[in-house]
Amino acid sequence: MSNEIAIEVRDVSKRYEIGGDQAAYQLLTERITERIKSIGRRPKPQEFWALRDINFEVRRGETLGVIGHNGAGKSTLLKILSRITPPTKGEARLHGRVGALLEVGTGFHPELTGRENVFLNGAILNMKRREIQSRFEEIIEFADIGPFIDTPVKRYSSGMQLRLAFSVAAHLEPEILIIDEVLSVGDLAFQQKCLGRMEAASKEGRTVVFISHSLPSVVNLCDRAIMLSEGRVAAAGKVGEVVDAYVGDVTSDMERGIRDRRRQGNGKLRLIDFHLEKGGHLLDSPMTGEDFDMVLSFEKHTQEALRGTRVNLTVFTLSDQTPLLDLDTAQTGESFSEVPAEGEIRCRLERCPLPAGQYYVDVRIDAGGERLDALNHVAELTVAEGDFHGAGGTHQPMIDYRTVLVDHSWSLEPRAEPSAVPATGQSPSISA
Amino acid sequence: MEYPELVIAPPRRWSGLRLGELWAHRELIYFLTKRELQIRYKQSFFGVSWAILQPLVFAFVFALFFGLVLKVQVPGDIPYPVFAVAGIVPWQFTSQAITAGSGSLVLDADLISKVYFPRLALPISKALGLILDLAIALVVVVVVTLAYGVSISSMVYLVPAFLLLGVVTAFGLATLLAALNVKYRDVQVLVPMLVQILFFASPVLYSGTIVGQTSGEIWSYLYYVNPMASVLDGTRWALLDQPAPSVGKVLISVTSASVLLVGAVLYFRRAEQFFADII
Repeated sequence: MSNEIAIEVRDVSKRYEIGGDQAAYQLLTERITERIKSIGRRPKPQEFWALRDINFEVRRGETLGVIGHNGAGKSTLLKILSRITPPTKGEARLHGRVGALLEVGTGFHPELTGRENVFLNGAILNMKRREIQSRFEEIIEFADIGPFIDTPVKRYSSGMQLRLAFSVAAHLEPEILIIDEVLSVGDLAFQQKCLGRMEAASKEGRTVVFISHSLPSVVNLCDRAIMLSEGRVAAAGKVGEVVDAYVGDVTSDMERGIRDRRRQGNGKLRLIDFHLEKGGHLLDSPMTGEDFDMVLSFEKHTQEALRGTRVNLTVFTLSDQTPLLDLDTAQTGESFSEVPAEGEIRCRLERCPLPAGQYYVDVRIDAGGERLDALNHVAELTVAEGDFHGAGGTHQPMIDYRTVLVDHSWSLEPRAEPSAVPATGQSPSISA
Repeated sequence: MEYPELVIAPPRRWSGLRLGELWAHRELIYFLTKRELQIRYKQSFFGVSWAILQPLVFAFVFALFFGLVLKVQVPGDIPYPVFAVAGIVPWQFTSQAITAGSGSLVLDADLISKVYFPRLALPISKALGLILDLAIALVVVVVVTLAYGVSISSMVYLVPAFLLLGVVTAFGLATLLAALNVKYRDVQVLVPMLVQILFFASPVLYSGTIVGQTSGEIWSYLYYVNPMASVLDGTRWALLDQPAPSVGKVLISVTSASVLLVGAVLYFRRAEQFFADII
């Protein structure tokens, strides 16, 4: 690592307008009606600063981790550094060829063969044809897809597609590499291989910006880190210190009452409490297989009726932030039309499908296309061991992954010999 | 070691044409064009022969209805099928390039929101892919012409110049519509209508030289503001020795096509900054 600066970011800010000119695509006819309706009164687009006055530097050969909550501005920063979207203010200077890996496999076409896709994808990632040609053997070997290289990609398994896509990207050799969460793909062995590949990249003196949710991989790979919070740099420094600050921040925010937590949304509705109940009584920790309610208390701060209010609860594993449950009024077909000034939203989870362990919950409340209130990590949930299937005893997984439990049954039968065995014969079966 | 410096800053309102950047990404354009052709002809029974079949089928249909049933008169004494196929082939290119090009950005929305590259590469590769079809179809035109015993004009070397004007026109319109389509999806509905209108406003089935004969000279000049008038009349003049459009009229067409192309690319370059945010 030298003292030479590879990336300088100066006062970078990014503003999005909600409902304004830069809002998502619309129909011209809609636009014209809006204009006519708004004659005399200026439509006031809502502003949202995804990033505000971001400053940092990365030295050549350094690996910088970017961490932060959902919605803290990580992906906006990444999009600016990879030139997908321009900043509203400020400037970033990058010294060296830049390669950005936002999502593995973007630009893969199902009708083309693996070989054709390697070249197309390489060109999309700004590799020269000669470069791809000279590394072609390495790429297919790393991807481990053997003789299928001349088969259309649509016949590949999703694992094969992923491996091939990552392999192309991993053989990019820019001086500056910007990476977003690519390690959360593929099986464990392949993830290890990718981690190794990234470590090698930084050893070769390449500058890496690594944006991730996964604290362990950030600690493993990065020298320094910055933490974003509400679009600003909340902490910067050695990776250990920043990760500690992040964990501390999560903890201290968690210690505040829900009313005072950090949140997004326009505040027309505000959550003030979250708790669990069972049969009208408060519940500390539910058991696997148990029915319980998640109760959200709120206050309304508007005269509007808030028709079509949609509520979403997402349950993640605490250790590696894997989403396991997505509970949404839009899935069950319920939506709340008349929201009172104060009240409770209740979500009943029948036969809790979560295995014993620690989880956290994010909540989002929308109405009429506007976000009313949203809190990441509104509460933690400790699920105690319980009997989901009612088969006696608790579940001891055979594998390392944690997944939700679902109803299922099994059978095992001897192979039927249609000609020899008469149809009337009883076959033994085993069910679990 | 010296590294190239890349400055990322807020966009200026008009950022110029920036053609150097396109040149730097020529290999991407090559692979995107190749993708166009591969996808179009993979898994299709007739494969590349579609490029030959399509103009033949259209020429047959038009020759049947306009030549035999309606008995449309064309200048000189060349058979109507020859006249028709020489108009339909360049027209097919234009209409397909407008349709495919205007949808090109939305079709690759995923790419635009995930990777940086000059967005113009998408409509350019659509147009380039269709130019190959045009070249194949031109062979059909020559074969049909000779088969009917019509001789090829000695001015045939000027055909590419007129076709280039067609490429400029089609690409200009496609680029403009592609950029508008990102923001306003009604464009997708408008494009087929627009292509239809352009079809009747262009001398595909009739000779443009008849325009203004009864309604006054001014109309014949206005008519050539549509560059396709020069493209089609010019092609038929250079190929079949049909009546030539005057130099003045061709210049009107060249001017309007150039204004269209430069304006479209400038608008595209201005709008592309925000494609990823709104697509």
